[in-house]
Amino acid sequence: MDTKVDLPANESVKLSVRDLNFYYGSFHALKHINLDIPERKVTAFIGPSGCGKSTLLRTFNRMFELYPEQRAEGSISIAGENILKSKTDVTLIRAKIGMVFQKPTPFPMSIYDNIAFGVRLFERLPRVEMDERVEWALKKAALWGEVKDKLDQNGASLSGGQQQRLCIARGIAIKPEVLLLDEPCSALDPISTGKIEELIHELKADYTVMIVTHNMQQAARCSDYTAYMYLGDLVEFGATSDVFTKPKKKDTEDYITGRFG
Amino acid sequence: MKSASIDPGRMALHRRRKHINVLALTLALSAMAFGLFWLTWILVETVRLGFGGLALSVFTESTPAPQAEVGGLANAIVGSLIMVSLATLLGTPIGVMAGVFLAEYGKGTALGNVTGFINDILLSAPSIVIGLFIYAVVVATTKTFSGYAGVLALALIVIPVVVRTTENMLSLIPNALREAAYALGTPKWKVISSVTLKAARAGVVTGVLLALARVAGETAPLLFTALSNQFFTTSLDSPMASLPVTIFKFAMSPYENWQKLAWAGVFLITLGVLALNITARVLFRNKN
Repeated sequence: MDTKVDLPANESVKLSVRDLNFYYGSFHALKHINLDIPERKVTAFIGPSGCGKSTLLRTFNRMFELYPEQRAEGSISIAGENILKSKTDVTLIRAKIGMVFQKPTPFPMSIYDNIAFGVRLFERLPRVEMDERVEWALKKAALWGEVKDKLDQNGASLSGGQQQRLCIARGIAIKPEVLLLDEPCSALDPISTGKIEELIHELKADYTVMIVTHNMQQAARCSDYTAYMYLGDLVEFGATSDVFTKPKKKDTEDYITGRFG
Repeated sequence: MKSASIDPGRMALHRRRKHINVLALTLALSAMAFGLFWLTWILVETVRLGFGGLALSVFTESTPAPQAEVGGLANAIVGSLIMVSLATLLGTPIGVMAGVFLAEYGKGTALGNVTGFINDILLSAPSIVIGLFIYAVVVATTKTFSGYAGVLALALIVIPVVVRTTENMLSLIPNALREAAYALGTPKWKVISSVTLKAARAGVVTGVLLALARVAGETAPLLFTALSNQFFTTSLDSPMASLPVTIFKFAMSPYENWQKLAWAGVFLITLGVLALNITARVLFRNKN
């Protein structure tokens, strides 16, 4: 399926995916994906369960490599370097491409250390600068006001929505270039969801954001570009306003209007 | 009445289910009562006979000659403390590391499966077999019973318990937590040491305490290794007294003062093991 869409001239490309195929054992989960992800924009991935959107997200930081039966072929380039074949240590790639998961995953340590943990992996900061970094990240994630008096409490003591923002702060703190969000709001109530959506909107000033979501309104509200996937194929990709108001493919329209999926 | 309108077939099923429920509950409760009955009896007898034998001299004097006036268990208590703590110190790091290997590296590999299988065998091996093994390998070679041999035998019992609990506790940690740590660019050793092992800490510590409680009461592995010693010693080169072996020896004897000390020893060991178990449970519950 030819879905190669040229981005508008004013967009620069952050990541380009070329002929990407992905396999779970013998199951062909992603089929010949070609895609350019625009820099400092929010790109949403939608589609029914099992269409491969989370799988695609997990190839961008090579998370699939934790499982020996999973493999990816093709190329994903960031600044001209194919990260799938790169000789660069995978930990450095992951530091550049952060990820937030469906369920909040605070580490078993204090709120402060949850943020500082990742920073300490790559930088040696004096205490004062580390304090500043923690505050900066928590402010970015709109959590500072709620936790500034209890930074030494365990991360697990926060509510679900706060934990998820803590995870986002943790991801931001190491200053990645790309942020992958895998259904970040699916376990949260509407108020927490609203806060995180606002946050996503602010994050794109500095980061290239990719979000997988089952919530069509969420994709419409907070993304600039939308990709619709079905059964491992990238069916349609374009500006969110176009995809939602005048989709080129009948399949996309059926899914978005709820006739299918 | 609304219930009158329920189909009689459904009501019959409902009654049947209720009867089965009562029957199952009765069986479960009587099984519990049966176990609790013996446990209470053991505890009551231990306290009744052991508490009377307790005196300051039990902690200050070494094991006496038969029918002597004074005497205590100081050498046995100290011997047990030394050997049990050294065995735990030796067995815990080995056990934790092997458990980490099984849970984080060896899953699904041939080496992992073989290690897990061998650990299961070691876990269920009768402790007397382990005692005899150390006798053949250490005591027969060095030509002397020694505290060291006792420590090694006890450590061999500690290791599989710690391996199993460490592996189980690490397997309970959701993969999402590991992925979150990897997603930050954390190297594997750091993910294990700072995130997964930390999240499983309470469970691992519980396993170590339970292993400690188990070896504190072991007699068989010490019979052919540390033997026993009627004198006070802290030297691991020589045979060493321990509470379980002393209890075994004294309880089988015809001398009344020895029997009395044996009961005091039983009381002390029971108290110690009980305290360890309660600590382990409290630790684990606080975590959850």
